[in-house]
Amino acid sequence: MAARMGRMGAWLGAILGMAVAWSGAARAQAVEIEYWQYTFTQRVEAIDELIKQFQMANPGIRVKHTHVPYDDFRVKIAAAIPAGQGPDVVQLFYGWLQDYLKAGLLQPLPADAFNPAEIEKEFFPIVQQMKLDGKYYALPTAVRSLALFWNKKLFEEAGLNPQNPPRTLDELIDMAKKLTKRSPAGDLLQAGIALDMGGQDHQWLREVLIRQFGGMPYSADKKTVAYANDAGAQALTWYTDLVTKHKVSQFGFLTDAQSAFKAGKAALTIDGSFRLGAFDGQRGLEYGVAELPAHQGVKSNFASYWVNGITPKATGAKRDAAVKFLKFITTPAAMELWLAKVGELPARVSVAEKDANKNNAKYGAFIRGLAYAYATDFVNESAQRKVMIDMVDQVVLKNTAPKQAVAMAAAEEQKVLDGFFKK
Amino acid sequence: MNTRGHGPTIGQRRAIWAWGFLALPIAFYVGVRFYPTIEAFYASFTNWNIVGRKDFIGLGNYLRIAHDPSFWKVMGNTFAYLGLGVSISLFLSFIVAYFLDKVRIGHGVLRALYFIPHLTTAVAMAWVWRWFYQPVPVGVFNVWLVELGLAQQPFLRSTEQALPAVLAPAIWAGIGFQIVIFLAGLKAIPRSYYEAAEIDGAGPWRILFEVTMPLLRPTIVFLVVTSSIAYLRIFDYVYAMTSGQGGPLDATKPLVLKIFETAFAHFDMGYAAAQTVILFVILLAISLAQLRLLRSR
Repeated sequence: MAARMGRMGAWLGAILGMAVAWSGAARAQAVEIEYWQYTFTQRVEAIDELIKQFQMANPGIRVKHTHVPYDDFRVKIAAAIPAGQGPDVVQLFYGWLQDYLKAGLLQPLPADAFNPAEIEKEFFPIVQQMKLDGKYYALPTAVRSLALFWNKKLFEEAGLNPQNPPRTLDELIDMAKKLTKRSPAGDLLQAGIALDMGGQDHQWLREVLIRQFGGMPYSADKKTVAYANDAGAQALTWYTDLVTKHKVSQFGFLTDAQSAFKAGKAALTIDGSFRLGAFDGQRGLEYGVAELPAHQGVKSNFASYWVNGITPKATGAKRDAAVKFLKFITTPAAMELWLAKVGELPARVSVAEKDANKNNAKYGAFIRGLAYAYATDFVNESAQRKVMIDMVDQVVLKNTAPKQAVAMAAAEEQKVLDGFFKK
Repeated sequence: MNTRGHGPTIGQRRAIWAWGFLALPIAFYVGVRFYPTIEAFYASFTNWNIVGRKDFIGLGNYLRIAHDPSFWKVMGNTFAYLGLGVSISLFLSFIVAYFLDKVRIGHGVLRALYFIPHLTTAVAMAWVWRWFYQPVPVGVFNVWLVELGLAQQPFLRSTEQALPAVLAPAIWAGIGFQIVIFLAGLKAIPRSYYEAAEIDGAGPWRILFEVTMPLLRPTIVFLVVTSSIAYLRIFDYVYAMTSGQGGPLDATKPLVLKIFETAFAHFDMGYAAAQTVILFVILLAISLAQLRLLRSR
């Protein structure tokens, strides 16, 4: 009896052991990958939602979402990945790609899953900057561009048609003059246009105005500064004339452009789609969004974007999971969700150019601008922005001739480019 | 001595306990202060973009500093903050403390009022001052100037006026602390010295220069050193009042902002570390000078 019980016990034990082993194997099959981005409420919520959907569709994969404050983001990634920790899929700014590749923080996207020809057909052309030696290293969910915001109430007050924003630079000056209010002593009470070189104006000047006056910011190989010429000087003159000659604005008016526009004290401003949320939250602000004004028939825009790449940490099953996840967050559906939640524009042409999106009263102008946008190949965004800010200050504060100011700025920026490319 | 032959003596036991309690802060300091400091010294001899390897380049970064005009511009600004900040703030705080010491009615309230700016968040205050400096009709300073029949001033939008304009709220906030220290120093001077001087027929100026000032010397040295260090490290006011730029045209950029920019905007960590080492040497020199001044009393 006792022996029988013992044998049965052994059988039971064996079955139990097998069951445990099975469930263990099943658990081992559930792959966990990590996704990292910087902390920004809407982005975090959007990714959380996408992860939920992704895990429902792929029960074997779990995605751990980590978000890091923007100021620490680069540092933490740089420390984690070489140590074999951190993200499998990571979000990075398009301008950081070169640095990330040099440091070996990204692996190329497999061509069978991400066909370069397909990417080029389906995504906006700016995304091609993510291709090196025929291989793509990262893909965006969303892109951003610039547009002209106008305050409809102030247009009406000035006797202008509130449905009719300026379409050209000349119209912009005419309208801005009518929209500017000064006290009898000449103090600025309301700016025709809010200017802010520390905001988006440096992009406007670099990628839009310089091109509209017949120039180019950089040479075709992107290694030489190309605006130290008449076109550059004319663009700079046009921009600074808004303050010095036409007197339709003042630098630092109400501290920065978005504050002035938000307060209803500036009739026009140039900003990105990411500002829509802030302006929508301002009660009593009725505004419209238009494409950037053209000049001499030339339209231009500046685009930027965050991309997602796969780190060398992801190998084997994790890499397959990472590829799946990256595919998932760059699907048309994910892009629609991102547009609705974050307010950034779909990176796929077909999604962006759907009538509902393209003709949207708010996003539409940004999306239409993407068709002719340039993404600057920054090697050091903050240093290159400072060059532009100083160039304008040279003219406005020091009365330097625009021609000389562009030459000084170009020499300074060339040093930044040289410093990067000779490394 | 140790008559029982085993166990540590009382003295040894005390030492063990003392070191036991000290071990934690020592470990903390070694791990959190000294180790990164040594790392920073090493990093200053390398070329490092934070995501890559550290490439040893010897004195390359220091040579680059020597030939970097923007570094010397920033050094000039830093010493302008130091010179103007220390002299103006000590002068004002001494005057306030000297008279506050003589006031009996409302002494506590006045002292609190002077101290409040010191408790206020620098960034919040910097933003308020930023609005003060706006042109008419927004900025109060320009409104006052115009009411007095004077011309408006560009303040933060001028390469000459921006640095003093940024410094003003920093001085204003720092004064509260200095006044309190001066008051303590003044209180510590025995009344009998003043009485003796008065009996000898000394006037108020003579008492000030021959009794008060010499006896306040340790206080003054302490305040000079602490405020020097504070003005050499000025950052928050500049960052908040110039949107992080130190502009216009670098007119307000102090060394610490340049270090911050080099490290966390340009990710040129080696170069930033070299600049930090230079700041460290300056701060060290000031601290050593303080020790010497205090000892030679």
